[in-house]
Amino acid sequence: MDRIYLDYAATTPLDPNVLEEMTPYFTQIFGNPSSSHYFGQQAEGILEECRSKIASIFHVQPDEIIFTASGSEGDNLALRGTAFTQKSKYGKDTILISPVEHPAVANTARQLKEQFDFKVIELRIDDFGQIILDDLNDKLIDRVAIVSTIFANNEIGTINPIHEIGRLCHEKGVPFHTDAVQACGRLPINVEESEIDLLSFAAHKFYGPKGVGVLIRRKPIEINAQITGGKQEHKLRAGTHNIPGIVGLTAALELSLQQCGVENQRLIILRDQMIRSVLEQISGSHLTGHPTNRSSNHASFVFDGIKGNDLVIMLDMAGFACSSGSACKVGDPKPSKVLLALGLTTELAVGSLRVTLGKYTTTEQVKRFLEFLPEAVKNLRK
Amino acid sequence: MIMTNQNKKVVIAMSGGVDSSVAAALLVEQKYSVTGMMLKLWSDECSESENACCPPEAIDQARQVANILKIPFYVLDVRDLFKQIVVDPFIEAYQFGLTPNPCYLCNQNIRWGIFLNRILDMGNDFLATGHYARINKIENLYTLRKGVDPLKDQSYVLSGLNQTQLAHTLLPLGNYHKTQVRELAREYQLPVAEKPDSQDLCFVGQSGYRDFLRRHSPDTFLPGEIRQFDGQIVGTHDGLANYTIGQRKGLGSGNAEPVYVIKKEISTNELIVGTKSELGNISFSITHLNWISGKTPTFPVELEVKIRYQAQPVLATLREGTNQTILAELKSPLRDITPGQIAVFYQENSVVGSGMIQSTVQKGGTL
Repeated sequence: MDRIYLDYAATTPLDPNVLEEMTPYFTQIFGNPSSSHYFGQQAEGILEECRSKIASIFHVQPDEIIFTASGSEGDNLALRGTAFTQKSKYGKDTILISPVEHPAVANTARQLKEQFDFKVIELRIDDFGQIILDDLNDKLIDRVAIVSTIFANNEIGTINPIHEIGRLCHEKGVPFHTDAVQACGRLPINVEESEIDLLSFAAHKFYGPKGVGVLIRRKPIEINAQITGGKQEHKLRAGTHNIPGIVGLTAALELSLQQCGVENQRLIILRDQMIRSVLEQISGSHLTGHPTNRSSNHASFVFDGIKGNDLVIMLDMAGFACSSGSACKVGDPKPSKVLLALGLTTELAVGSLRVTLGKYTTTEQVKRFLEFLPEAVKNLRK
Repeated sequence: MIMTNQNKKVVIAMSGGVDSSVAAALLVEQKYSVTGMMLKLWSDECSESENACCPPEAIDQARQVANILKIPFYVLDVRDLFKQIVVDPFIEAYQFGLTPNPCYLCNQNIRWGIFLNRILDMGNDFLATGHYARINKIENLYTLRKGVDPLKDQSYVLSGLNQTQLAHTLLPLGNYHKTQVRELAREYQLPVAEKPDSQDLCFVGQSGYRDFLRRHSPDTFLPGEIRQFDGQIVGTHDGLANYTIGQRKGLGSGNAEPVYVIKKEISTNELIVGTKSELGNISFSITHLNWISGKTPTFPVELEVKIRYQAQPVLATLREGTNQTILAELKSPLRDITPGQIAVFYQENSVVGSGMIQSTVQKGGTL
């Protein structure tokens, strides 16, 4: 079957050019950067080169880059690492997050609350899932150890007013973390200007390899290590460096940022065409998230009288790979927490569909998808 | 033939067991466009644990088999409907002194009801399962026949299906013996080849159906009296649901002759027992009838009848009863005819129809 991939927010294929950059580091330049011999020195050389490149992309210092194994790991290190330090040093015990965070943030905050006596306060969001700044301002009390809000939402695409959030946090001297897993490689991000203290991302969302990510940690924010061991990453993250992965991440990031200007324009046209077409052709369909201030590749909907799980199965059987915020591999659909937080009814919150585009998505593919979707929804509503 | 199968979309209902796994493999080999699906059903032990699958290892095994066969695999959640359509009536039936057959009900209303409709809506042509039975089309009429393996024949549990359901069904194992199926599983290198056959009802949990009933229907475990036909009280029982018709064990010793459960008197909560000579019924009535052809036969008609999944078929004359029931008259008394169970009528190897046993007639007695 001719399958069409429309789930680029889940992961992306590795760009062949990136693979080419990575290849020598599997077999030839294989040393451990911690070793003192020349094999190790070669590896350390490329490691530091990558670190510098990434630092300059985000307008930060090289020693503010921490290589991780995933976006989730970055979120964990940022949240837990900051929370513990803030509590032990300054007695701060309150965590502010939005109700539409990725589980990597939401569940970490929950564990900090349930097992480590932190208070977790949820920030208010508007109907599109954006943080309400006045509410944030009110909640930025003295005891706040960290604020964490998602940059671009994975489920509904909405982009948060990161600049404004960063500024408010800094006015009160509170560390600010953002999960930028869906934003990195798609949007130019200036960490300095946006007053971000901690930012996490992963390479596989922008045509890089899986199993590698970065946490940017601005000085003087203090965090404590969550993986302890050797002295790697300034003792903030032990473990032998994944050199091929780090090379791949760097190459993919550079490539994506070179391409994203033109690519975003193309994707936005396709995305908006899709949104318009779905809302026009399918009665009882609703866009979720912000209509314009959203990821360039991201369209998300809910449909009256539809289970997202069934729709995703039916689409997949017809060769269209999409996802649903309420879908579950073990067939246990729960209403999406994100959609419930937006105020949607339980019935609608199980009926979501996420379609995310990428650089290999063609106009023809979108057309074929838009021809099939109304039929699928109609049949499932029978 | 091979060319046309490619365009036919088949969903194989997978359980993670050897039968449905081999059925899936055979369909792939026959070049159908195959998708594996598993129904997530309500189960007592999983009803309270969030995100748990029922049973989780079965889903993993089915997914693993699908992976080996390179077919897509999905899980459909039908827990609420299963609870409502199969489990609740199961519990309720015991309160009326019946011994229900939930698999029959599930096949009729869940697998070949909600599930079949949903996959047809999704654009599929057939539902396939790993049941041992055969479907043939003879002059625009679908027939349901026994599987060739007499020990595994499952036409009994499929006997509630109608023409439309049969028209959209493939049963790839109907021509195989179980031993061959295990052999095939080994040949295909399926990791479930040596997995033992499932035994108990899927939803009652580890501790069995009596324990399940004790939890969900405590009323059926009220103690009562054990009585003989002549009215003499011979002991006490610990709840009618603990007994099945024909049961000998657990009735207390001290009787001169072994005694058996003859009948449950639900209105008085009495267990009627008798000697071996008192066992058996000469006729019984059947309700909720289904005729495979869609047409009611002309009565009286002589057919073979099977009163339980594992029972031997016996000859019976079927006559029209009152209120859309029929009456089955036997040549000689038959043991263990149990209200609530399914009676399936056969003509040679074909299922003619089926229905639920409503009540029985004692030897020489009246209904």
